[in-house]
Amino acid sequence: MSESGGQNASVVAEQLRTWNADAVSEVIEFHGETTIVVPRELLRVTAEHCRAHLQFNFLSDATSVDRFPVEPRFELNYHLVSIPNKTKIRLRTRVSGADPVVDSLVPVWPGAGWLEREIFDLMGIRFNGHPDLRRILLPDDWEGYPLRKDYPTEGFRDIPATFLPGFKKQ
Amino acid sequence: MTTVETALGASKTMVLNMGPQHPSTHGVLRVALELDGETVVKAVPDLGYLHTGIEKSCESKTYSQAITLTDRMDYLNPLGNNLVYCLAVEKLLGLEVPKRAQYIRVMMVELQRISSHLVWLGTHAIDMGAMSVFLYCFREREEILKIFERFAGQRMMTSYIRIGGVALEPPAGWREMVRRFLAMMPNRVDDYETLLTENRIWLARLQNVGKIKLEDAIAYSMSGPTLRAAGLAHDNRKAFPYSSYEEFDFNIPTRTDSDCYGRYMVRVAEIRESLKIVEQAMARITDQGPIRTEAPGIIPPEREKMKTEMEALIYHFKIFTEGFSPPPGDAYVAIESPRGELGCYIASDGSPKPLRCHFRAPSFVNLQALPRIIEGQLLADVVACIGTIDIVLGDVDR
Repeated sequence: MSESGGQNASVVAEQLRTWNADAVSEVIEFHGETTIVVPRELLRVTAEHCRAHLQFNFLSDATSVDRFPVEPRFELNYHLVSIPNKTKIRLRTRVSGADPVVDSLVPVWPGAGWLEREIFDLMGIRFNGHPDLRRILLPDDWEGYPLRKDYPTEGFRDIPATFLPGFKKQ
Repeated sequence: MTTVETALGASKTMVLNMGPQHPSTHGVLRVALELDGETVVKAVPDLGYLHTGIEKSCESKTYSQAITLTDRMDYLNPLGNNLVYCLAVEKLLGLEVPKRAQYIRVMMVELQRISSHLVWLGTHAIDMGAMSVFLYCFREREEILKIFERFAGQRMMTSYIRIGGVALEPPAGWREMVRRFLAMMPNRVDDYETLLTENRIWLARLQNVGKIKLEDAIAYSMSGPTLRAAGLAHDNRKAFPYSSYEEFDFNIPTRTDSDCYGRYMVRVAEIRESLKIVEQAMARITDQGPIRTEAPGIIPPEREKMKTEMEALIYHFKIFTEGFSPPPGDAYVAIESPRGELGCYIASDGSPKPLRCHFRAPSFVNLQALPRIIEGQLLADVVACIGTIDIVLGDVDR
């Protein structure tokens, strides 16, 4: 049995293609997981179609990957589960570093709210139409987006200014 | 917003800050509550007080080193965190884990589920004013922690589940120990139920409090006992079995009342189901057999081999200096933690360190529905609602 369970996940890709050929720009199969790459502009309508017509009623997870310095550097992954069909698919969309904006999926699944806030907070991708797009884990005045690859794991702003060369006492 | 005329002028709603040090928030959660009298008009959770950047730290560790970080997310479910991370790495590598190790994993994770539910029950009972249940629950949890200590050398942050299997052979006399626990536990659960299930105060505090409709629970991606108390028998152990769960015989307890009391009943029933699984797993674990899969260059070789074979020594050195490199690609694995769907997404770029390691924390996602649940409820019920969602702040903030 494949990891995706009952209904074959690659059938879902075909069904999406029949619905709108532009919505599926690539289908990736890796270790029994089906990833459907969707153009950024069509993400929300595709997600809505998956929920309303293909029974993907449960948004399991939303996350992002930074592939810096490759462009488009960001990858957004939405993991959908169809509880009645016991199927899993992953919707992926690629976002450039120059314009990291996507349509929010909160209108489709309200559960996307905090998951997208987390992505915004840590990766700096903005979501159009998100009702409450604020930082969630970090303080509101935090600078930078820690999960980006150009943000170092250590040594960023943890040296007090008084220890830096050229510091003069006022 | 309601405006009430009083002798001092027009009175508006009041904003009350609950937490981050409030005992019933089980850690450091702050909820800003807008109150109209005693009724909650609006609730805004504020989190991040325990954020430690574990996902970022994973990116600068090798795949094996990151296991110790996973223990520290959901500190009531460290073995489950180990398991989901290891399953994701094994999926990336295409590793098959020996059956014996899979059963050991199942047994440990189910014991962990019992201990997590015991902590939940005890602390929630304290929130509701029942002190003694807490002491009983922690007494039994101590027994489970003793079992973990014998298995892994650690009570809580065990890091016992490793990539390709488990860390150590089960200790001498483990069967007797687990058997004694299994014999003792059903009566103890009966005791908790005697104290609580029909207790009038308990019923008054929990029944018809914190209701959420099933459609809303699904739409808000809620999972675990909260979803099952709303009437949907969705459990990753049955729906998408991992680690040989399909071979075990157990039920998924559900309720339809979808209130705090329903969540309590589901968790108590789950303790009993977990006991059944532990018993079955114990029968399946053979006395002899491998606890780790054989994969040169990925799984550390046995000590004996290192002393006699040169290749084993080289592999040992390479694994602990530079690690191993899974093929480029990504994997998402979801397991059923005591709190719901615990997921791990790992993206690999073919280097010895993960490109991205993301954890789908059940507490984080479930907590999102808190405003939905408590708006319109009384202030005193907020405590019951936060409690029965069963959040662990280490899991929420990571």
